[in-house]
Amino acid sequence: MSAPMSPPVLETRAVTRDYETGGFPRPRKTIRALKGVDLQVRRGRTLAVVGESGCGKSTLARIITLIDAPSSGEVLIDGQPVDLRAGLSREMRRKVRIVFQNPYGSLNPRQKIGDVLEEPLLLSTSLSAPERREKALAMLARVGLKPEHANRYPHMFSGGQRQRVAIARALMVNPDLLVLDEPVSALDLSVQAQILNLLQDLQEEFGLTYVFISHDLSVVRHVADEVMVMRLGEVVEYRSRDEIFAAPEHPYTRTLFAATPKIDLERIRARLAAKASRARGA
Amino acid sequence: MALLEIRNLSVSFETTAGRFFAVQGLDVSVDEGEVLAVVGESGSGKSVAMLAVMGLLPDTATVSADAMRFEGRDLLGMTPRQRRALSGRDMAMIFQEPVASLNPCFTVGFQIVETLKRHTKLSGSARRARALELLTAVGIPEPERRYASYPHQMSGGQCQRAMIAIAMACSPKLLIADEPTTALDVTIQKQILDLLLNLQTESGMALVLITHDMGVVAETADRVIVQYQGRKMEEADALTLFEAPRHPYTRALLSALPENAVGGRLPTVAVGDWGVRT
Repeated sequence: MSAPMSPPVLETRAVTRDYETGGFPRPRKTIRALKGVDLQVRRGRTLAVVGESGCGKSTLARIITLIDAPSSGEVLIDGQPVDLRAGLSREMRRKVRIVFQNPYGSLNPRQKIGDVLEEPLLLSTSLSAPERREKALAMLARVGLKPEHANRYPHMFSGGQRQRVAIARALMVNPDLLVLDEPVSALDLSVQAQILNLLQDLQEEFGLTYVFISHDLSVVRHVADEVMVMRLGEVVEYRSRDEIFAAPEHPYTRTLFAATPKIDLERIRARLAAKASRARGA
Repeated sequence: MALLEIRNLSVSFETTAGRFFAVQGLDVSVDEGEVLAVVGESGSGKSVAMLAVMGLLPDTATVSADAMRFEGRDLLGMTPRQRRALSGRDMAMIFQEPVASLNPCFTVGFQIVETLKRHTKLSGSARRARALELLTAVGIPEPERRYASYPHQMSGGQCQRAMIAIAMACSPKLLIADEPTTALDVTIQKQILDLLLNLQTESGMALVLITHDMGVVAETADRVIVQYQGRKMEEADALTLFEAPRHPYTRALLSALPENAVGGRLPTVAVGDWGVRT
């Protein structure tokens, strides 16, 4: 799609983030939630960020979504350095969007779905009201919802439908980069499959770049091109999906892979046989 | 004789739109020393059925069954007092949110001792000794210090260990674990599942594991019940379920797992009646 020499959609250079905790009556302490993260994502690709709670993946999400500024280091969008303190242009705001884990928590319960979708257009374009409505309805259809859903409130939707709305809202302003923070973790298996398929369709159609944050390795293996494993604010392994799943190098990555429950008929057979022999011995 | 035997269990709730059946016509039997996994998506009634066994459903629920027996004793015919004497001693349950299941106002030690006080004749110092022994058994480091800790001072995994200690306090014959690891990280999940299986093997109790995670089922269960919309879709031993699932719903569910996808798109599970007749 893009020429090989074009800059990556997203790049971070030695990004760190410190949080101050403590204070009265205890002494103040600085916690470094990110300890120098370098990453690059090219157009149309998916980078999966994997790690357990407290590894800094959500802190990283806030920084690459341009919500928080890094304590040090640089964030580049389309090769342009971003300085949050100097303010962001509308154009920059348009380029990066986020979808959160809990779709109910990220939708205003008093706002109709049509208005939810129109709001980004109201804020960052000069389209007229009928044009905005038309775009909102088209996007609803694109994510697999019906036009009549525009007049409904978030509580009238199921979890999977709400996540479709959240994705539609993120896509309203034609972003280049979508940050997906555990987008399917709260969903049932069957709904998870639908949302993952939708995300793949949308990526192909709009040439989207994804940063996919997840703790579920089977989902990561399905969606990712590159995988970054984080632990305690550090990147422990960052390679292509096929490499990392074929031969995880870092001990932590191996621990993570080993801990993930697997459906392996041989293992089930061995486990049941061991149990049966124990029962006979007893 | 099965340890727990349920025949034709129905649980319904009165709603403005009429009677809603959360569980309908469910048969379950659990043998001693067995690990049974109950698997299903949200709304499949997997938790409600087990809450009915424990007698923990709210008054708004109507529970009916042809038989609901624990060690041959009829659970439905029992007085509330008899029921209370049973649960916590012979059958115990742990839940998804360990931090929320513990009382934030009392120390972990107090909450373990509480169960022992209710169900055993142990003296105060014997109860304390037993509580420390339990904390050690569930792998909590520094049990002496943790005995006096409050739930908020411990991590989610530690709290789930403490919950397991409470459930194991009176060496139950049946432990029901309702999504015990869903709120936990994978490495902690592995530790907790290993702990539960080790305790199960050592004590010979029966374990009912409610989960939505097919991977967890594959790693733990002897036998599996698949539920959908309050009905049992399939019951099979773990190997048969994964090797040759018979019910179309089970097949659809297994094929929707990302690890089973052969490149490209995932097959989706249609919302259908799957043979459910009401």
